[in-house]
Amino acid sequence: MNKKILFTLPLLITLVLFGYFFWALTKPGRDPKILPSVLIDKPAPEFNLVALENLGVPGFSRTDLTSNGKVSVVNIFASWCVPCLAEHPDMVKLGKRDDINLYGINYRDKPEDALKWLNRNGNPYHRVGRDPKSRTGIEWGVYGVPETFIVDASGTIRYKHVGPLNPGDLEDKILPIISSLQAQN
Amino acid sequence: MRGLFLLTAVLFLFTVNSNPVKAFDPDEVLDDPALETRAREISKEVRCLVCQNEPIDSSNADLAKELRIVVRERLVAGDSDEDVKSYLSARYGDFVLFRPPFNTATFLLWFGPLLVLGVGGIGMFFFYRGNKKLKVANPLSPEEEARLNLLLDKDNKTKGSDSGEAS
Repeated sequence: MNKKILFTLPLLITLVLFGYFFWALTKPGRDPKILPSVLIDKPAPEFNLVALENLGVPGFSRTDLTSNGKVSVVNIFASWCVPCLAEHPDMVKLGKRDDINLYGINYRDKPEDALKWLNRNGNPYHRVGRDPKSRTGIEWGVYGVPETFIVDASGTIRYKHVGPLNPGDLEDKILPIISSLQAQN
Repeated sequence: MRGLFLLTAVLFLFTVNSNPVKAFDPDEVLDDPALETRAREISKEVRCLVCQNEPIDSSNADLAKELRIVVRERLVAGDSDEDVKSYLSARYGDFVLFRPPFNTATFLLWFGPLLVLGVGGIGMFFFYRGNKKLKVANPLSPEEEARLNLLLDKDNKTKGSDSGEAS
């Protein structure tokens, strides 16, 4: 009797494995394009970005993430990036708040294109830094645009969102994290 | 006419296939051939994060190009191959390396198959050892043995007479 159970064991193990694979491949929200960031809970990298000329807001460097005791949202955007336009209204909402910093990294873009894009859609960012060769992007582990980071007041990266903020993402993910980080201060 | 067509088709195939994948720009190439060789080797092991299944060495993506330049800059600055790779994996995670490094997270990946083999081997060892014990534990009784011998004997005799008839 015992042996019969033993004989079915390989089949059982295989079925369990198949079940696991099936679950892992079909679970909702699975996107192989989204990679876990290794930078979560690590200090934000050193960088210094020049301003976008004629925009009217300064550029920023790492010290601007820690200088005023506010939580920072760092958004990577570009004028050529279509999904950036989709999440733009969410950025506008974030930009209206004065209890957080909203910083934009203009990624691999021509300054004139970026300026045109921001003038047409409105500039939600408190500061915008240009990253024409994506060097700062590489320091942040950026591999696609848009990406949104939440950095706490001490300059530690606490959250990363890859891709545009979809409807609900701002309310369900971004804002609660900002609130909890503010509560920690 | 048909021959010419075939020839063109074959030549076309060759132009496509014999062209080695060269995504890098000539201006990326380092003057030092030793460093350049190392840069190429590293670039083949680094995943392009935009295209995901292509090394940055053969990718045309902007990010891949920039990463190739970063690799070369690090080498010129005196980094070892390992330094360059850990620089990249510190920013993009182990996923950026095609060959996953050995650490606690990848332990199962490297030793999983060996583990399965070991468990299977141990299972088989005990299974067969148990079988042997079973035989020794329940030997045939003298009556059973006598009966078995009788049956075998009978069988042999029938066979013998069969072959006798045939010859």
